[in-house]
Amino acid sequence: MIPELGHFALILALSLALCQALLPLIGAQRNDATMMSVARSAATGQFVFVAISFGCLTWAFLQDDFSVLYVASHSQLSLPTPYKVSAVWSAHEGSLLMWILILAGWTLAVARFSGDMPQKLVSRVIGVLGLLSVGFLLFALLTSNPFERLVPAALDGADLNPLLQDPGLAIHPPLLYIGYVGFSVAFAFAIAAMISGELDQQWAKWTRPWTTVAWLFLTMGIALGSWWAYYELGWGGWWFWDPVENASFMPWLIGTALIHSLAVTERRGLFKSWTLLLAITAFSLSLLGTFLVRSGIIVSVHAFASDPTRGFFILAFLGVVIVGALALYAWRAPSMDSSAGFALLSRETFLLLNNVLLVVATTVVLLGTLAPLIVEMLNGGKISVGAPWFEVAFLIPMLPLIFLLGLGMHTAWRKQASDSWIRVLRIPAIIAVVLGIVIPLLFYGRVSVMIAVGCILAVWMVSTALVLPLRSWRREKGTAGITRSTLGMSVAHLGMGLFVLGATVVSSFGMEADRSIRIGESLELAGFEFELRELRQVQGPNYSAIEGVVEVRDGGEFIGTVRPQKRQYLVQKNWMTEAGIHSSLNKDLFVALGDQLGDGVWSIRVQYKPMISFIWIAAFVMALGGVIAVSDRRYRVPVRGRQDANDVVAEAV
Amino acid sequence: MLRYFMPLVVIIVLLVFFYKGLGNDPGVLPSQYIGKPAPVFELPSLKDASRTVSNADLKGQVSLVNIWATWCTGCRAEHGFLMQLAEQGDIPIYAINWRDRRDSALSFLSQLGDPYVASGFDEDGRVGIDWGVYGAPETFLIDPDGQVVYRFTGPLSDAAWQREFVPRIEELRQ
Repeated sequence: MIPELGHFALILALSLALCQALLPLIGAQRNDATMMSVARSAATGQFVFVAISFGCLTWAFLQDDFSVLYVASHSQLSLPTPYKVSAVWSAHEGSLLMWILILAGWTLAVARFSGDMPQKLVSRVIGVLGLLSVGFLLFALLTSNPFERLVPAALDGADLNPLLQDPGLAIHPPLLYIGYVGFSVAFAFAIAAMISGELDQQWAKWTRPWTTVAWLFLTMGIALGSWWAYYELGWGGWWFWDPVENASFMPWLIGTALIHSLAVTERRGLFKSWTLLLAITAFSLSLLGTFLVRSGIIVSVHAFASDPTRGFFILAFLGVVIVGALALYAWRAPSMDSSAGFALLSRETFLLLNNVLLVVATTVVLLGTLAPLIVEMLNGGKISVGAPWFEVAFLIPMLPLIFLLGLGMHTAWRKQASDSWIRVLRIPAIIAVVLGIVIPLLFYGRVSVMIAVGCILAVWMVSTALVLPLRSWRREKGTAGITRSTLGMSVAHLGMGLFVLGATVVSSFGMEADRSIRIGESLELAGFEFELRELRQVQGPNYSAIEGVVEVRDGGEFIGTVRPQKRQYLVQKNWMTEAGIHSSLNKDLFVALGDQLGDGVWSIRVQYKPMISFIWIAAFVMALGGVIAVSDRRYRVPVRGRQDANDVVAEAV
Repeated sequence: MLRYFMPLVVIIVLLVFFYKGLGNDPGVLPSQYIGKPAPVFELPSLKDASRTVSNADLKGQVSLVNIWATWCTGCRAEHGFLMQLAEQGDIPIYAINWRDRRDSALSFLSQLGDPYVASGFDEDGRVGIDWGVYGAPETFLIDPDGQVVYRFTGPLSDAAWQREFVPRIEELRQ
């Protein structure tokens, strides 16, 4: 009964989404306030019914209702309860439902926090979001119904893929989806602006915080995914340029470009058509990501079940949304651009370069991801673009980007005087060159051109990012301090610097060794000694494992014990590697148990990963920068409230 | 003006590619080697690196060549059926262990059973490329002259076996 209720709620949500899409859009066209007023309540109703549907599916998982096909295929009686919940979004049908829920959630947030926006704009934005909801609800109901029954019911489920039984992966998809789907808001704002033909600086001010929030969730989602791959896949890498990873990375790159382009549109009223194009592209790439993952068109290590009918539906949906949006763009954008001049040495120039380089970087990733597909279709045989290609090609736009970023932060809008510019940047430049060479030499004993370039750029970014906050901190009270916007920008750039530092150091100085080892023997790597003390059987709730107890010593001094495991899950019978990681701020020591090679002999993989934790810390610092930026006063004070305040002031005067 | 149309043109071209790509279902894509001799290969044996597995092993009998790897879930799924097939002993199954690690492959076979007459160890995937392997698992049916008769992509099951392989094998043996 509960699953049928969930199915029914989904159908009701579709009807409400249709109302939410059509009435406000038509109303805005006809200037009909009654029709437009439907927008907010329909959006709320749609959210409620999607939430009920999602709740029903979760309930089916918690109740072990194996008469539901989706539950029977992705859960099991002895699965720990938190994973029964996360199993809801572990595969296609459920994650699609979560996508729909998050889209409805964003729409609700727009409906709720748009009190100061003109009714026409709100109606159009909610209407466009409604159209997207209709598409996804149809997709779920027609091709991927999560409530399909299994007759006769199974006695026990097939279990959740053991790879996914992990706290990191339980929260990675929701964060990632909040980010992905969040770009739909910027997309809806762009479509609304193009329908009305009006795009002013106020529009950019409304669009910006939504974009930043989506971006910061995407940042955290990607970082968590990378962290998960690092410790769960047992290879010790943190980014594999896998198509699915790329699918989340491309919207991030374009989203980053969009945030910067919106800054220009808000402050100077420039780059309007460019901002629109980026808003469309960011969301299109999110959709493309879904398409690539779900259709099976590109082979990936991420094993989402692929199905050609689903692929066809997504492709058709993708076509309607993107072609529609870009056709509207081709028609409307030419009349929306405004021209205002800016000097060559101005912040506008640097933000333009930022945008160009980020778009080039995205193109590199897109080409690398699609190359196997396109070459194959042109009958060029099969080629495979691997990590080495990406690592080189991606650096070409990224190195100048990082260098210019430090300059751009300290360049004024419109026109920057070059002498004061040099005065500000002189000190960070000196610090960067000195520390960039000293750090690797001092801590790791060697330096090469590439290592120095990476470290210098990283320190350059960190030091230029610190200039404004430090200056504001030293300033006497009473003078205007730094705005939250500026502080947020500085913090996000600081995070980027930390990331470059971590990535450079770990890829330059990381070490690994594979050995076979007996109990009582030890091996050495990078000055650390790893001794296999014992091997024992461990029983988990739904797996049994062999656990190695490995003692780690640094120059004879005991620093910790790690317990890598080989787990065999009882239902699916596959073996999983659970790495043992001794983690500290400046390094990770990573031990993974391999296979039993003979009596008492085990293969073991040991890795030394200096500063790898910086990569994830950096991502959260970047996200924190986003949080600080959206908390800026000008986004919090609604126009009406500010006017009231002005009135009060005027009266007082 | 033209520049505002560029994104539209680009995306339409991309969508056409995707549409064609969608039609390229790997399951129905025939091997370019069908009716031709199987690509030449000579690989170290998985179990004993001093020995090799090559086209010579396939000559004179109807045989299967199964491309598999331990990291591929589809291979685990079909493994039970391959074991069953091997127990019937009707047709020899040769394997190319594709882009895998020797130790994991050996422990896989020791845990789940070894249905193969012999396994070649294709560590860097070169032979996989020669054979036009799209993704593991794939199974090729080879005739006594060493020619490719049929290529099956995805995990083998009894149903697929009865439908696709049995009639072809009977025809070959007449």
